[in-house]
Amino acid sequence: MGLFIAQLLTGLANAGALFMVASGLSLIFGVTRIVNFAHGSFYMLGAYIGYTLMQVLPGAVGFWGAILLAGIAVGVIGMLVEILVLRPIYRAPELFQLVATFGVILVVQDLALMVWGPDDLLGPRAPGLRGVVRIMGEPIPKYDIALLVITPFVALALWYLITKTRVGILVRAATQDREMVGALGVNQAWLFTGVFALGCALAGLGGALQLPKGGADLLMDFNILTAVFVVVVIGGMGSLPGAYLAAVIISVLNVFGVTYLPQSTLVLMFVVMVLVLMVRPYGLFGREEVAGEHGQVGEPERPIKPAGLQVRLLVAAGVAALAALPLFGSNFTQVLATDILIFCLFAASLHFLLGLGGMVSFGHAAYFGGGAYVAALLVTHADTPMELAFLLAPIGAGMAAIIIGWICLRLTGVYFAMLTLAFAQLLWSLVFQWGEVTGGDDGLLSIWPAPWLSGTTAYYYFALVLSVGGILFLRHVAHSPFGYALRAARDSERQAEATGIDTRRVRMFAFAFAGMMAGLAGGLFVFSKGSIFPNELEITRSFDALIVVFLGGVKTLSGGIVGGAFFKGVEDMLTRYEYWRLAMGLLIIFVVIVAPDGIVGTLRKLAERAGLLRRAEDET
Amino acid sequence: MSVVLETRGLTKAFGGLVAVNDVSFKLQKGELLALIGPNGAGKSTCFNMLMGQLKPTGGRVFLMGEDITGKSPRDIWRRGVGRTFQITATYASMTVIENVQMALLSHNRQVFRALPFAHRMHRARALELLGMVGMEAQAERHCAVLAYGDLKRLELAIALAHEPTLLLMDEPTAGMAPRERIALMQLTADIVRDQGVSVLFTEHDMDVVFAHAHRIMVLNRGELIADGSVDQIRNDPRVQEVYLGGGTVFKSEDEAADA
Amino acid sequence: MLELSAVNSFYGKAHVLNDLSFTVARGQVVALLGRNGAGKTTTMKSIMQLVVPRSGKVTFQGHDITGSAPHKVAKLGLGYVPEERRIFTDLTVLENLEVGRQPPREGSYAWTTEMLFDLFPNLAERRGNRGKALSGGEQQMLTIARTLMGNPSFVLLDEPSEGIAPVIVEQMARVIIQLKQEGLTVLLSEQNLHFARAVADMAVIIEGGTQKFTGTLDELNAHPEIRDAYLSV
Repeated sequence: MGLFIAQLLTGLANAGALFMVASGLSLIFGVTRIVNFAHGSFYMLGAYIGYTLMQVLPGAVGFWGAILLAGIAVGVIGMLVEILVLRPIYRAPELFQLVATFGVILVVQDLALMVWGPDDLLGPRAPGLRGVVRIMGEPIPKYDIALLVITPFVALALWYLITKTRVGILVRAATQDREMVGALGVNQAWLFTGVFALGCALAGLGGALQLPKGGADLLMDFNILTAVFVVVVIGGMGSLPGAYLAAVIISVLNVFGVTYLPQSTLVLMFVVMVLVLMVRPYGLFGREEVAGEHGQVGEPERPIKPAGLQVRLLVAAGVAALAALPLFGSNFTQVLATDILIFCLFAASLHFLLGLGGMVSFGHAAYFGGGAYVAALLVTHADTPMELAFLLAPIGAGMAAIIIGWICLRLTGVYFAMLTLAFAQLLWSLVFQWGEVTGGDDGLLSIWPAPWLSGTTAYYYFALVLSVGGILFLRHVAHSPFGYALRAARDSERQAEATGIDTRRVRMFAFAFAGMMAGLAGGLFVFSKGSIFPNELEITRSFDALIVVFLGGVKTLSGGIVGGAFFKGVEDMLTRYEYWRLAMGLLIIFVVIVAPDGIVGTLRKLAERAGLLRRAEDET
Repeated sequence: MSVVLETRGLTKAFGGLVAVNDVSFKLQKGELLALIGPNGAGKSTCFNMLMGQLKPTGGRVFLMGEDITGKSPRDIWRRGVGRTFQITATYASMTVIENVQMALLSHNRQVFRALPFAHRMHRARALELLGMVGMEAQAERHCAVLAYGDLKRLELAIALAHEPTLLLMDEPTAGMAPRERIALMQLTADIVRDQGVSVLFTEHDMDVVFAHAHRIMVLNRGELIADGSVDQIRNDPRVQEVYLGGGTVFKSEDEAADA
Repeated sequence: MLELSAVNSFYGKAHVLNDLSFTVARGQVVALLGRNGAGKTTTMKSIMQLVVPRSGKVTFQGHDITGSAPHKVAKLGLGYVPEERRIFTDLTVLENLEVGRQPPREGSYAWTTEMLFDLFPNLAERRGNRGKALSGGEQQMLTIARTLMGNPSFVLLDEPSEGIAPVIVEQMARVIIQLKQEGLTVLLSEQNLHFARAVADMAVIIEGGTQKFTGTLDELNAHPEIRDAYLSV
C-alpha cells in the first residue's frame, strides 16, 4: 500500500512538467492552428537557461527565481520566433507552418550544443528541499512534494487566465473563429504572438522545473515531444483540464510501468492512447474538428496530367545520367546516390498520401523502418535468403499500414496526423524495448545483400531500378482511376460518396499502398547499410520525409522527389560540418518563407510569371 | 404509371425537435415533383433522409417498391438515385470532363483500378453527358474557375452519369441568374421527358416551380400541409398563409406599396 | 460616410464583385438587395477587408481602408454583423459581448451591456448561457449586440432576417429603426424585400456581382419590373 501511494505521488509530481508543456502546445494549436513541433525545443531551452541562471543566482530565491526567469526568457524567445519565422507564413497552406517549426528544432539543437556543450547537465538540487520525506514508510523526494503543490497552482492560474480574463475570452473566441475576432476589432497578430509566447513560456517553465529531477540534455526536446503529443491527443486538443488529466494518467502509468512492466513502459503509453482514441476519437475533452471550419482553405489544386513527351524525354535523360554514374563517380558518390534514391522513394510514398489523398501522416517512418525491420528480422532469426526477405519488406510494411490505417482513418486532420505518429512511436518503442528479438538500441547487424548484389555498383543499380521504378509507379497510379478516386475523396467527400465511391476504402488502400512503397524503400535501405537501428523508425525520420514533401511542394506531383533529392543531397554535404543542423534549420526556414508553395510550386509560378510556362488557366 | 419513390410516415427528430413529422408521399415515374416550404420547414432534412445521409427516427422509404430506409448514400446511389447539392460539390482539382469521368468510373465499378490511364476512359460518354447539359465547350477547363451556374450544370452531368431512375435536386437554381434558372430547369424537364427520369426538387423561386413542376408538395414545420397540382397549390389558402403570401409580418406595408 | 468605387473582388479565381460603386451617407439605412449568391456577403466582406478587393477603393470617413487589416477597419468605427449568426458558441452571452467590447470613440455611442439587454430583453435572461444553448433568433440578436459593444458609428448587417422566425424578424426591424434614430448608419444586405422596405431609405440591387439598381425605395417601388427581374418576391 505504501509503495502504491508513493508511486502515485511520484507520478503526480512528474505530471507537472508534462502538463505545462502540453497545455502550452494545446493553447498554441487552439488559437493559431499551428502544430508546434519546436515545443520540445522550448522545453529544452527552459532547462538549459534555468541551469545557467541557477549557477549565477544564489540560494532558494535564486533557485525559484531562475525557474521563473527561464520561463520568461523562453517566452521572449518564442515571441521572437513567432514574429520572425511564423508571422510571414500564416497565409500559407495549413500545416505548412509546422515545417518552419521543424527548422527551429534544428537551429535550437545546435545553438544549445554551442552554448552548453554536448555533455548531459545534472540539475542542481533545490535549496531546502534535498532529501526525502517518508510517507507510510516509503521515501518520497521533498522536491516531488513541492512539485505536487506547485502544479495545481499553475494549472489554476492558467485556468483563471483562460476562463476569467478578457485575454482568456479572446483566446477562446479566437480558437473558435479567429476571423470574426479580427472583424470585431481585436488585433489578431498580437493575440497570436501573445499566445505563442505564453505557450513557449509554459514549456520553458516546465523544462526548468524538472531540472532537479532530470537535468538537461540535448535529447530532451524529442523525448518530451512524443509524450506531449500523446497527452494532448488523449486530453483533447485545446482542452486544459484534458491536458492535466492526461498528463496525470501518462505520468502515473509510467511510474507503475517502470515497477511492474519495465520492458514495456513506452509501449504502454501508446497503447493507452490508442485505447482512449478508439472510444473517444477526439480525446477525453476534445471537440470534433470539422475540416475547413477555421476558414483556412488554400488555393485549389490544379489538374494534373500525365507527363508529355518533353517531360518523358527529360526523365529518361535523367535516369540515363544516373545509370551512367558508376562510370565516372567514385564509390562514395554511388553510396550517396543510393541513399538519395532510397530517400526519394520514401518521400514520394508519403507525398502520394499527402498530396493526392490529403492525409497528413506524422508517422510514415513506421513503414520505412517497419519494412527494414521485417527484412532484418527474417535474415537474423530465420536465415531467410536476402531476395525473399527483401520481397517481404514491402508486404510486411503494407500489412502494418492496413492495421494502423484501419484505426487511424476513423479520424481526420490533425487528429489523424497525431494518431499516425502515435502508432509509429508504438512500433519504435516495441523495437527499442524488445531487445532479445530486435536487438533494442544495438540494432540488428550483418544484414547483407545476396552475393550477386554485394558490390557497391551492383547494389547501386539495384536501388536505381527499384527506386525509380517505384517512383514512376506511384506517379502512374496518380493518373489511374484509383488516383482519381483518391483526389475525388479529398476534394469533395460529399460528392464522392453520393456517386458511389467508398471514400474510406479508397483512403485505406492508398494508405496501405503508400506504406508498401515506404517498406520497399526500407528494404532497400537495410541491405545497403547492412544494419538497422531503431532510429529508422523514429519521429525524426518521419519528420524528415514530411519536411521534404512540404518543402518540395505538396500541390505538385514531383514535389516529394525534388524535395527529397534536394534536402538529402544538402544534408549529406552539410553533415560533414559540426554545426550542420544550424545551417539546415536556417535553410529550411529560409525556403519556407521565400517559397510558401514549395520549391516546385514556387518555381512553376515564377516560370509562369516570366512567360516560360503557360498559366494553368487565366483569370477569365 | 409506376411508383418510383414512396415514403410512409417519414419522421426525424433531433433531440426534442421534430424536424420532419409523418411525411408520406408517392412519386410517379416521369414526374417532376417540387417540395417547397419556408426556411427551416424540414426540406433539407427530408432530402438527407431520402439520400441516406440521415437515418429517419420513424417511417420507411421505398424505392421501386424496395425498402431503402437507413441504407447508406452509396447503396442508395447504386440503386439508381442521383443527387445534386444545394451547395455545389465538385472535384475542384480536376477538369470538368475529369469530374464526369470520375462518376463514370464509379458507375462502371472501376474505381479501384490502378493500372490504366483514367483520362482516356469513358471520354466519349463523358462528352456526351456534358453535351446534354451544354458544357462540352468547357470540358477541359479547371473546375475551380467555373461560374456558379456552370458548376450546377456540371453536377447535373455527374448525377446523370449513373443513368439514375430518380434525381434528387436540392435547390437546383439557388444563386443563379433568372435566365440561367429557366435554362437549367428547362434542361431538367427535357431530361425527365427524354430519359424517363423522375425528379424531386426543392426550390425557393416560385417562377421556377410554377413553370416546371408537374406537382407540388408544401412542407411547413416538418409537416406536409398540401400536395397537388400547380393551380391547386397556388390557390390553397393555407399555403398562401405560410409561404406564398410573403409572410404576415409586413403585410400592411406591402399592401400599401402594392396599392 | 462610406464609399465604394469600382470595387472588384475575387474568391480564388472566381470573379465575385464587378466594379461595384455606391455611397452611404451618414444616418442612412441602405439595403443591399439581391438573391443568394449575388455577391451581397462578398460586398460586406470587401468593405470589412475580410476579402481584400483586387482593384478599386473603399473609403470610410475619408480614410482609404482598402487592404487594411480588419481589426483596424473595426477600430475606425465599422461594425460587422456576419450572416449565419457567427457567435462564439462555446462562450457565454456575456463573454461574447466582451469579445466585441471596444472603447467608445469620440462622438460615438457608448454602449453598455445593460443598455444592450434593454434593447434585446431576451438576451438579458440568458446572459450566463453558452451561445450554443440559444435559439436562432437569440443568436442573431447576440451577433448584433456583440457588434454594438464596439460602439460603431456604422454597422454592416449581413442578412439579419435570414432563417429566423417572423416574430423575431419584426423585432429585428424595430431594433434597426431604433438604431437609426440613435444616429447610426447602416448597410444591410437582404433577400427579403418586405424587411428592407420596413427599414431602409435607399436600395442597391446586385446580381451576379454587378450593380443593377441604385436609388430610393420609392423609386424601386415605382419600377416593379426591376424588382421582378432581380429579387425573389
